[in-house]
Amino acid sequence: MTRRVVVTGLGATTPLGADVDSTWAALIAGKSGVRLLTEEWRELLPVHFAARVHTEPADQMERVEMRRLDRSEQFALVASREAWKDAGSPDVEKERLGVVIASGIGGVITLLDQYDNLKEKGARGVSPHTVPMLMPNGPAANVGLELQAKAGVHTPVSACASGAEAIGYALEMIRTNRADIIVSGGVEAAIHQLPMAGFAAMKALSTRNDAPERASRPYDRDRDGFVLGEGGGILILEEYEHAKARGAKIYCELVGQGLSSDGYHIAAPDPDGAGVQRAIKFALANANLSTKDIVHLNAHATSTPAGDVAEANALRLALGSDIDRVAVSATKSMTGHLLGGAGAIESVFIVKALQERLAPPTINIENLDPAVTVDVVRDKARALPAGQIAALNDSFGFGGHNVVLAFATL
Amino acid sequence: MALSPADVLAGLKEIVEEVAGVSASKIELDKNFTDDLEVDSLSMVEVVVAAEERFGVKIPDEAVTDLVTVGDAVNFIVNAAK
Repeated sequence: MTRRVVVTGLGATTPLGADVDSTWAALIAGKSGVRLLTEEWRELLPVHFAARVHTEPADQMERVEMRRLDRSEQFALVASREAWKDAGSPDVEKERLGVVIASGIGGVITLLDQYDNLKEKGARGVSPHTVPMLMPNGPAANVGLELQAKAGVHTPVSACASGAEAIGYALEMIRTNRADIIVSGGVEAAIHQLPMAGFAAMKALSTRNDAPERASRPYDRDRDGFVLGEGGGILILEEYEHAKARGAKIYCELVGQGLSSDGYHIAAPDPDGAGVQRAIKFALANANLSTKDIVHLNAHATSTPAGDVAEANALRLALGSDIDRVAVSATKSMTGHLLGGAGAIESVFIVKALQERLAPPTINIENLDPAVTVDVVRDKARALPAGQIAALNDSFGFGGHNVVLAFATL
Repeated sequence: MALSPADVLAGLKEIVEEVAGVSASKIELDKNFTDDLEVDSLSMVEVVVAAEERFGVKIPDEAVTDLVTVGDAVNFIVNAAK
């Protein structure tokens, strides 16, 4: 007997809003969360903008708590608290409660700030909180501690696929009866001159400094790279019978996941998209869905010249002519790219899209790239059909990691 | 430079409040850092480093284990500054 997994709570802190409701409202309205950076160091870089969170953690938590948490850990706690409350603060055995929260880079801001301290003040100047703050499992560990989760606390790391991989890992934990409830998702806090200089050196970032809010433009002919974002998203995943027994609000079902790797290049996408196609097929098989069931897809589409087209081609090859019935949204056009948080906030968006029967828009497409042959939801949100429907979330990471999650209405 | 116990206590209150979020009104000489004020081992390291900077004294690691109460810390710092 397969244990089914449903979503019973959502939380988020993003460039568009302090929580899920405000983020979703801005997303559906087609707002951009991208802004010029205010720091002086921006002048050292070819890129002067990013998508910072809409609301600083300082407005959402106590100062003393904040000072021993990396920014990524702060995002994780803010979003988890919202999600846990949204799920009705379930009364669950701690041995049946787990946490799987990813980050692509971990506490990189702490690492670099403390290195500055070391150089300036010597070893005594390095905070004793440095290691718990910089470790990539820190966000998961802090949420696990707060909720006293004892079924397992995990952190998959696969660059920009990390958040989706965490949700998939959580799905398996519940299916295999390791837990009844998992707090799952991903966070990222890497808006700092060093990681930005690194991405810029790869020519991965947009340099549209004269129009930051128009810089993230997946599928547009003149896209020139992604926009770095920060924040995170959390889903409370729960075994279906457990959720029903406590009368929980159930958003939808997480019906499956597909995983693959390219074996092609450390950063460039495989132009044939063979790995992506396999991940999609695995996800459909794992979810027991047919290509005809899919009505919406939140694409990875980061606004890089090569990646967007490679993904669109792979979608057509994997779904065949049924891709013509899929409303494809590239929400990074509004949020920027949250790296390890991306797959998580985009899963939150899919859950909301199924609930509201509304696919979010893709903004900033002035001239659709003719090489993109999928049905992109442009400019305005689009209604999704009634009845039982399903949607996919694509996430890919440097290293050639491909993760596809499948969600469906109950 | 000699320091008065009252000055050291006042300074320690500020440090412990800043580092561990304990209200200064709760910080008294007989209070135990770990049990009464919930200053954990990592925060205690921060308190020690901040106290060294503020009072211009050295507090060696082997001495820290003996600083059980706020009064122990005040005495150590006053003596070290003599």
